[in-house]
Amino acid sequence: MADPAEQHSAAAQPNSLRHGPDERGHFGGRYGGRFVAETLMPLLLELNTAYDAAKADPAFQKELDFYLRDYVGRPSPLWFARRMTEELGGAKIYMKREELNHTGSHKLNNVMGQILLARRMGRTRIVAETGAGQHGVATATVCALFGMQCVIYMGATDVERQKPNVFRMRLLGAEVVPVTAGAGTLKDAMNEAMRDWVANIADTYFLVGTVAGPHPYPAMVRDFQSVIGEETKEQMQAQEGRLPDVIVAAIGGGSNAMGIFHPFLDDASVRLIGVEAAGHGLDSGKTAASIERGRPGVLHGNRTYLLQNADGQIDEAHSISAGLDYPGVGPEHSWLSDIGRAEYVGATDDEALKAFQLCTRTEGIIPALESAHAIAYAAKIAPTLPKETLLVVNISGRGDKDIFTVAEHLGVKL
Amino acid sequence: MSRIAARFKTLAAQGRGALIPYLEAFDPDLETSLALLKAMPAAGADLIEVGMPFSDPSADGPVIQLAARRGLKAGATLPGVLKMIAAFREQDQETPVILMGYLNPVEAYGHARFCTDAAKAGVDGLILVDLPPEEADILEQPAQDAGLDIIRLVAPTTSDERLRYVLSHASGFVYYVSITGITGTRTASAEALQEALPRLRAATDLPVAIGFGIRTPEQAATAAGIADGAVVASALLSTLADTLDAEGKATDQTLPRVLNQIKDLAAAVRAGEKKAG
Repeated sequence: MADPAEQHSAAAQPNSLRHGPDERGHFGGRYGGRFVAETLMPLLLELNTAYDAAKADPAFQKELDFYLRDYVGRPSPLWFARRMTEELGGAKIYMKREELNHTGSHKLNNVMGQILLARRMGRTRIVAETGAGQHGVATATVCALFGMQCVIYMGATDVERQKPNVFRMRLLGAEVVPVTAGAGTLKDAMNEAMRDWVANIADTYFLVGTVAGPHPYPAMVRDFQSVIGEETKEQMQAQEGRLPDVIVAAIGGGSNAMGIFHPFLDDASVRLIGVEAAGHGLDSGKTAASIERGRPGVLHGNRTYLLQNADGQIDEAHSISAGLDYPGVGPEHSWLSDIGRAEYVGATDDEALKAFQLCTRTEGIIPALESAHAIAYAAKIAPTLPKETLLVVNISGRGDKDIFTVAEHLGVKL
Repeated sequence: MSRIAARFKTLAAQGRGALIPYLEAFDPDLETSLALLKAMPAAGADLIEVGMPFSDPSADGPVIQLAARRGLKAGATLPGVLKMIAAFREQDQETPVILMGYLNPVEAYGHARFCTDAAKAGVDGLILVDLPPEEADILEQPAQDAGLDIIRLVAPTTSDERLRYVLSHASGFVYYVSITGITGTRTASAEALQEALPRLRAATDLPVAIGFGIRTPEQAATAAGIADGAVVASALLSTLADTLDAEGKATDQTLPRVLNQIKDLAAAVRAGEKKAG
């Protein structure tokens, strides 16, 4: 059965890499799936049906396009980073400006799609998990826009290190619930959001913020984020008359990366590089690099690469960036890594901090610490690449929320 | 006949339902939880559920979350849990033991190897909360080969059509999650349970146990009377947690208080009359 999301894309080929997942929600027959308690299974099946119907309904797409244009502010520009390119002396660096979206990150692309779906499904209460608070702010924003009840679960540690976003969410009318279980980060917030959902199924929609969780979330979030890659393709064609050569994006759960990668999966000439948060270093034991240092397992409804110990207990992730501080990754990334279609690398906390400053100083763009990981790797490889190489780095969010964290690491008292 | 089938048959002949208490392995330490496991049958446990601690128990409420954390802190691993069951089996050949937990530790152990080793240790059935029948192919054959039952959870949200599908993958008994929610929070009313049972009976010949939100002897008697068994978990774990000292260590109150609670539950279940359901 053809996937309507792919029908409007001329790029889908018979043996396309863009057909996944299968009916069970598996990517490559192995990753993804629906590993949830029975109470949630009927809801996931209902969601799947509702999403398929929405995808096939031109009215839904039209409504989404309207909000993406007039409320989110799409399309986001593809910016040629002239000074950074000159300073690094290599590949031509372009920046996909997702930080210019309303609420300051790519998160709103997905949230807008899902809130319209939740409305179609007649749900009135939204729950969501958040790490850095970007997804929480985006969710609280659309709940304000549509007058819906909103409960955001956020790890207590993250509440502490992302105070401005917590205040934003509360201003927007959301209830922010700090989660003290575990290390009080994104993983624990995800557990608590799932517990809320299972207890409030009648009126509640679980608005997942990344390309992870049980099927159909990974595919649905990817579809809503694919607008990033589709625009990039058109914009690069308009500016350079061809496809980019390299695309670099940061990976926590992996939604901004999946969004910019997916429209290029069948363009074999385009190198796709996902940058995980290496934390203190890939082998330091304090990392969030699930693909590079994890192994496949099952958590939060899907099978994917996870940071875990020999007994299958999930390890705490570490990253300077709250948005990347997660011991798993979207299942489609796990598959793309296994088949070698995308490369997965790491950038450390320190490298991200340097890239944060480089981008700010040379381009006048303060990137989110999450996006700074992508910039760090782009800055590392750009000098090694020929000048005609077209490199796109996805600036998934803006860094205003991170200035306190950055100041602290730089030893500056605000 | 498996231990589970034999036990339910015996109880049916006696005209009463089963009391199925739960304990978390290694909570608060191996010695205490093994002593508790060994003493449970004499206190009135008909079947026993043993929780396998997991770092991210996303279907469980705060009480089981804390118990799992204590178990992990005390060094719980799957090999350790299986050793504990084997030690129990040295003295008790009849009381069925069901392991309950999440898939990932089992996956890390290896699906087939786990089933083989669990059966060898004396485990009778598995409940894996996050393994719906849609994904269960990885475990069904190895479990069947090892002679382990896969006990299926069904919920109020499970439609009649889906019920037939889920139960076609069930063995041992059926675990009816009586509320929509996490463990140890809400309690279903007797009326709601009365209404739910005919739907389940129509879809399966397997015994039905009710769990989630059963706390008091009265509630246990009601559930075991309406269905074929009542699972009590969070209420026992709360009691255990109350007896721990400031460092979270067991005290001389730990075993007696939990066992007395099981005795009270068992007395109520045994006094209760089995209703036609």
